Amino acid sequence: MSTLAIKSLSKAYGALKVFDDLSLAADEGEIVVIFGGSGTGKTILLRIIAGVEEPTSGSIELNGEDAADVLPEHRGIGMAFQNFALFPHMSASENIASPLRAAKRSDDKVNAGVARVAKLLKIDHVLGHAPRELSNGQKQRTALARALAAEPKILLLDDPLRNVDAKLRFEMRIELPRLLRQSGATVLYVTQDYKEAMALADRIAVLADGKFIQVSSPEDIYLKPATLNVAKLFGDPSINTSETELTTSPKAISVSIRGANVPVASVYGKFSGKKVMFGVRPEAVTLSTKGKGLDCEVIAVTPLNERIVLLMKSTGGWEFLASLPSSSAAPLMGEKLNATFEPSGTHLFDQATGERLDG
Amino acid sequence: MDHTTTLERTVRGVLLSLVVIFFMFPIVWILLMSFQTNESILRIPPSVIFTPTIDNYAALITGEMRTAAGSLQVNFMQNLWNSLLLSSASVIVALILGVPAAYAFARFKFRLGEDIAFTLLSFRFAPPLLVLLPLSLYFKTLGLTNTYIGLIWVYQLICLPLILWIVRGYFEDLSPDIEHAHRIAGYSWFQTFWKVAIPLALPGIAAAGLLSFIFAWNNFIFALVLASADKQPVTVGALAFITASGIQYGQIASAIVISILPTFVLAMFAQRYLVEGLSLGAVKG
Repeated sequence: MSTLAIKSLSKAYGALKVFDDLSLAADEGEIVVIFGGSGTGKTILLRIIAGVEEPTSGSIELNGEDAADVLPEHRGIGMAFQNFALFPHMSASENIASPLRAAKRSDDKVNAGVARVAKLLKIDHVLGHAPRELSNGQKQRTALARALAAEPKILLLDDPLRNVDAKLRFEMRIELPRLLRQSGATVLYVTQDYKEAMALADRIAVLADGKFIQVSSPEDIYLKPATLNVAKLFGDPSINTSETELTTSPKAISVSIRGANVPVASVYGKFSGKKVMFGVRPEAVTLSTKGKGLDCEVIAVTPLNERIVLLMKSTGGWEFLASLPSSSAAPLMGEKLNATFEPSGTHLFDQATGERLDG
Repeated sequence: MDHTTTLERTVRGVLLSLVVIFFMFPIVWILLMSFQTNESILRIPPSVIFTPTIDNYAALITGEMRTAAGSLQVNFMQNLWNSLLLSSASVIVALILGVPAAYAFARFKFRLGEDIAFTLLSFRFAPPLLVLLPLSLYFKTLGLTNTYIGLIWVYQLICLPLILWIVRGYFEDLSPDIEHAHRIAGYSWFQTFWKVAIPLALPGIAAAGLLSFIFAWNNFIFALVLASADKQPVTVGALAFITASGIQYGQIASAIVISILPTFVLAMFAQRYLVEGLSLGAVKG
């Protein structure tokens, strides 16, 4: 039995379809990240689960029971909003205490509960402040604390790091997984940031065009993206692509990229002659000064903190990015190199549908 | 950084003074009149130098008005009490009815919702005489003529639309997420309305309440037609000072001073709310 199950859920506003036939189940203690761009209906999905909005069709099951007639206050859900939605007329501690008070806990238990989450989220020093006196980071922590306070079995987090500065977002990305594991709750976490998704998720559900196009572990999403779209969304710099055709020669199976043949895994043999989209992740590019491979030239070098990103151009004119560990020696601009592509970071997609071709 | 020249400052000061004098003069004059006898008010040329008397106020409070033709009973204190009762009760009733209605109009889309809201607003721009004739007939039939309940009912035409539209704007400005968060935290719909929506819209509710109090207080025509002497507010009661032996200017003046005091005090007290309420809540696109 899943703690939370969404069954063929659809939502439309008049003729405008937000999403259609979504299904997803999350087990106890599992962290499922719902990943998608803006306007894909992630927030609406969370609101429907919380019960403050009605689905057009489909159902929600909480702990195996249909929740259609369960009011939001009886669903036992904690939720943090993207815009924090703190109660402006209450102090931070009253905000955090509100779910505990609603549950009619004794004053001692309320105070203990507030102190516990406040310490966990390091906001014990601002508990007396009104929301307008808090920084964005503190507001966000207060909103999280309020969601966590009553130890709900299900936590819905709507892009909680969206409105905080980059430094805090980085810190929280490291802190949050531990915090969420500690809470033991089943978490649905909405984000548009793939790094956040990868850092937090047990499973990622990629929402695009009103559908979950892939629901898998972060590794799978990264290593076996179901569509070209998913491959593009996960990874920074983004995956390199080129439209091409699979050709089989007696020697090898390859794709032709602007006149140069690039070999691909033999399992793709059965798709010979098919129009495909060749994709290779920048970090799967190996550059060397000698040897076989795609002849190319360094166009630009961008040293970043963790990786060096190179813009390369093949002799045929295909521009692609390569990223190297920053420990390696950076090639110089204009240097002529050979590029080979690791099979694990190389993907072929159907040109028409964008779906992954699996060998 | 001050870029204004001395000339600009002087001109601005003079113009501002002119405006203040223009608007304040009648009030000051009334205040002066209220401490004079009819004779000293009517002397020609008029003068600001006179021997002050509190006879006018005394007459109002004791209810005995001495005129050239003899002594006359006036019910001014009863009128004042009527005004207070009618205005306060009307505002309270309008708040009880109007605030939840405003919330409903702000939060829920329902069939004919906009039409109902607009109809309520139209009470404000229909001339009162338009509704008075049918109303006075109804009131006779229903036995509501010359009752407080009847007047409070009619005063809803003044108070309810104001409260509804101002407070609605305030509710619309509140993020629904705040209310959602409160629901999810475990509170019922009503608790959320009471503990989140109302407190956050309180400035608007206060402003709307005060405004409608002032409008109700200043109303003349409804009470004139629908009530007789013992239920009439000060606005109508002031007519009693136009007597057979002449107009009692001094007493009219002191009656005005007394009757603007409550609204004046309220307005001073809530000036900040009023300005905010008018500019923020009501005129939201």
